Amino acid sequence: MRISYNFRLGLIGLLTFGLCGVAAAQALSSQEQALHVLNRLAYGPRPGDVAAVEKTGVKRYIDEQLNPERVPFPADLQARLDSLSTYKLSSAQLYIQYGPPSFPGNNASPEEKNAARQRAGQEITPQSHLARFWMATESPRQLQEVMTEFWFNHFNVFEGKEWVRYWNAEYEKDAIRPNALGNFRQLLGAVAHHPAMLYYLDNWLSSGANTPQAKGRFKGLNENYARELMELHTLGVNGGYSQADVISLARILSGWTIAVRELKEDSDDATFIFRPGRHDMGDKQFLGRVIPRGGRQEGEVALDMLARHPATARFISTKLVQYFVSDQPDPALVNQLAQRFLATDGDIKAVLRVLFDSPQFWSRQNYQSQFKTPYQYVISSLRATATPVLNGKPISGALNQFGMPLYGWLTPEGYKYSQEAWLNPDALLRRINFVNGLSNGKSPIARPENTPPAPDAAPVDPVQLIQTLAPMLSQDSVTTIVSSPPNLQVGLILGSPAFMKR
Amino acid sequence: MNRREFIRYMGIAGGSAMVIPIGLSGCAVVPVGKPNQAVAAGNAPLAYGTPKQRAHANGDGTPRMVVVFLRGAVDGLNVVVPHGDREYYQARSSIAVARPGQNNGAIDLTGYFGLHPSLRPLMPYWESGQLAFVHASGSPDGSRSHFEAQDYMETGTPGQHNTRDGWMNRLQGNLPRSDSPVQALTLGEATPRILSGRQVVANLPTGRDAARQTLIDQPKVSQAYGAIYASDDALGKAYRDGIAARKELMAEMSSNEQRMANNGAPLPNGLSIDTARLGRLMRGDPKIRLGFLAVGGWDTHANQGNGAGQLAGRLNPLATGLATLAQELGPAFNDTVIVVVSEFGRTFRENGNGGTDHGHGNVMWLLGGNVRGHTIYGQWPGLNKTELNEGRDLAITTDFRAVMSTLAEKHMRIPDSALQQIFPQYTTGMQHVSNILV
Repeated sequence: MRISYNFRLGLIGLLTFGLCGVAAAQALSSQEQALHVLNRLAYGPRPGDVAAVEKTGVKRYIDEQLNPERVPFPADLQARLDSLSTYKLSSAQLYIQYGPPSFPGNNASPEEKNAARQRAGQEITPQSHLARFWMATESPRQLQEVMTEFWFNHFNVFEGKEWVRYWNAEYEKDAIRPNALGNFRQLLGAVAHHPAMLYYLDNWLSSGANTPQAKGRFKGLNENYARELMELHTLGVNGGYSQADVISLARILSGWTIAVRELKEDSDDATFIFRPGRHDMGDKQFLGRVIPRGGRQEGEVALDMLARHPATARFISTKLVQYFVSDQPDPALVNQLAQRFLATDGDIKAVLRVLFDSPQFWSRQNYQSQFKTPYQYVISSLRATATPVLNGKPISGALNQFGMPLYGWLTPEGYKYSQEAWLNPDALLRRINFVNGLSNGKSPIARPENTPPAPDAAPVDPVQLIQTLAPMLSQDSVTTIVSSPPNLQVGLILGSPAFMKR
Repeated sequence: MNRREFIRYMGIAGGSAMVIPIGLSGCAVVPVGKPNQAVAAGNAPLAYGTPKQRAHANGDGTPRMVVVFLRGAVDGLNVVVPHGDREYYQARSSIAVARPGQNNGAIDLTGYFGLHPSLRPLMPYWESGQLAFVHASGSPDGSRSHFEAQDYMETGTPGQHNTRDGWMNRLQGNLPRSDSPVQALTLGEATPRILSGRQVVANLPTGRDAARQTLIDQPKVSQAYGAIYASDDALGKAYRDGIAARKELMAEMSSNEQRMANNGAPLPNGLSIDTARLGRLMRGDPKIRLGFLAVGGWDTHANQGNGAGQLAGRLNPLATGLATLAQELGPAFNDTVIVVVSEFGRTFRENGNGGTDHGHGNVMWLLGGNVRGHTIYGQWPGLNKTELNEGRDLAITTDFRAVMSTLAEKHMRIPDSALQQIFPQYTTGMQHVSNILV
């Protein structure tokens, strides 16, 4: 019995092997699979990562990454984050400590306002960048970071629009990251109530026409958020809404604003408030339905409708497949994800699981096939070389130069994730220049601002780097690289066509 | 709409412009001196201005074109202001640009239209007849999505999602064959949709340090990378194009900027740093035929301001940047047409927050040594509620492709047969604006 069982297993093994043999040219080796998940679910391998994931098994790695609470968070990283003076402040505290003085009296002089803006720019902004770079390069919860970037981009706000600068980091930390692998409706709600979004897309100013408190700067309706909420956050541009729906939704959301007047010193009060005196009390038709008069609740009903809409499921699924699989999303896979999205009421984790289980995700055609965005490129190069981030400014500077400034996309559609958007002749040369600065260990990124490089700074070892990235580089490339001048080898590896892709 | 129908349509609708057939390929919308429209009470008579009569000015004979895209939908009604219309002031109580002569008032252009005061740096070109506008123009698609509308305007196929390349790239493909890696230049890091496609496009670095030598400019470094980018795929090709373009641009930029430094001339600020560089490059190298730059920050949903304020603060550096470009082009200004466009206009009425929301019709700007300027082209549809698009936006009476295809044909000398490739749905016989060049 036992023998025959083993024999049967062996036979299955042989058969499987035989079948795999037919497809051997196609299927990814276990080392390639490890690299693939590190490139897609994470920002690329650090030294030793490919071997570690290969040992753990990719299935288990994916499981862990989908459940970030099960992955221990390094105490040292947490301590560094906490040491940033603005990192733990609530949205209300940020506004009180950095906001424009004397609002709502609004009699602060231009100089006072300017000083407040500069202080925020000197303190909140560099700290927020540093925190993001630390998380992206070091957090073991890599998929959570990838999805945080994905959703921030999906619900983009621009740090350069006046008050957004107080809040965009807290928005990411408290509205986006905790929901990045959670439920879409909750994520949508957290965004809709957050002052960063209320401010960025002007809904905080919007008031129903002729409502009692529609005065001064809050005099009337503003369509901005309502339109982008449907076009960019949920249904997509062809999601079947009309200009009349845009106006209805703006009326539904009138009175959703920032509690500027209520904010008090040292308060951690919520910054969101619904002002009935500015809410349009009239009847509303939205997406073919009558919305019962319900004050603030109308907005919640509308968000429910949008989050559950099949067009939303399709739009989000398309973007996920584009991000994780291919610039040209396979409609069949999009459809599978959308079905899962609808069936689970927008459970992001469940949708991603379908994606990571799909043959499309694992096909050779989609392996090492996506041209990295500047952000993916920069972060993955820091990880591959294990460059410690002690100064975020040179990284922010590089991202500006590459056309992808962190928190710096002006308009609400966010960055595109595609080769078409990022591959151009000049981009390759800029990337090559950047990574050559990482090779000698003396990068300004790896030391505190205004300090000289350590005399004993060790250059990155090209042999170690080739191992870190294996099996990314072809034998031909390795041969070419190791026969090049030694001081160029690290730059050649990181500037190679293979490392431009993921 | 075929040509005959179009003429009939224009004949009925055109109270203030005459439509005349031009050759076999289309018609021109010609503003006439005296509009026959009844003047509403309190309104100034509609007037488009009179083009300056002047002879063609010679450059080196190689036509060039620069497109400036104002991303975010600039408020065209506050750029070229219908200050002769009472309804304009009624609809925009806090954001209207005041009448000429008042504080921060419009600069009068035609007695009915005026220019935003922040655009004063462009007035010399209006006076010399080298600046014109096409009002109530834009993309006929009704989308009020920035991203969709920009896409349509850049692919040149409004209403069609699946166009892969941009119309400027297709135009480039129909220019006389050139081996230059810098035939088309775009400012900044990304390749915009309008220039994406089969033809090679070079990126012009921006900012003060753009002309500085970098590692990759060393021949031994570029050779080492050349070996690993030897393949024929998209990356290998991009690498080789990049090195070739960089060599050419670096050589020109360093000699240009050296010369500037030697003269003790300070580099201009902001946008002007980049437009000055673009102008000098295009003057010095006639192989550069197309230029593109995008300027953002026009989505003024709140606190837009009037003759002063937010929009004014953005228009002024734009005007200075454009004037700098014109100056630095030098004699090549006579070979160049600069076109300023935006994806759509903004609502006629101001919203509840001192701003404007997404609208429809806008104004196109035309600047160049041989632009037949000092006039407003197009047909003004008026601002009565019934004349507005969907009761809320300036209507469109000139398709942006009418202007662009005219420039492609008459200025860039693209053969008629190739125009169909550049604007595929916009076939011969449809509206053209053929008299905009001297």
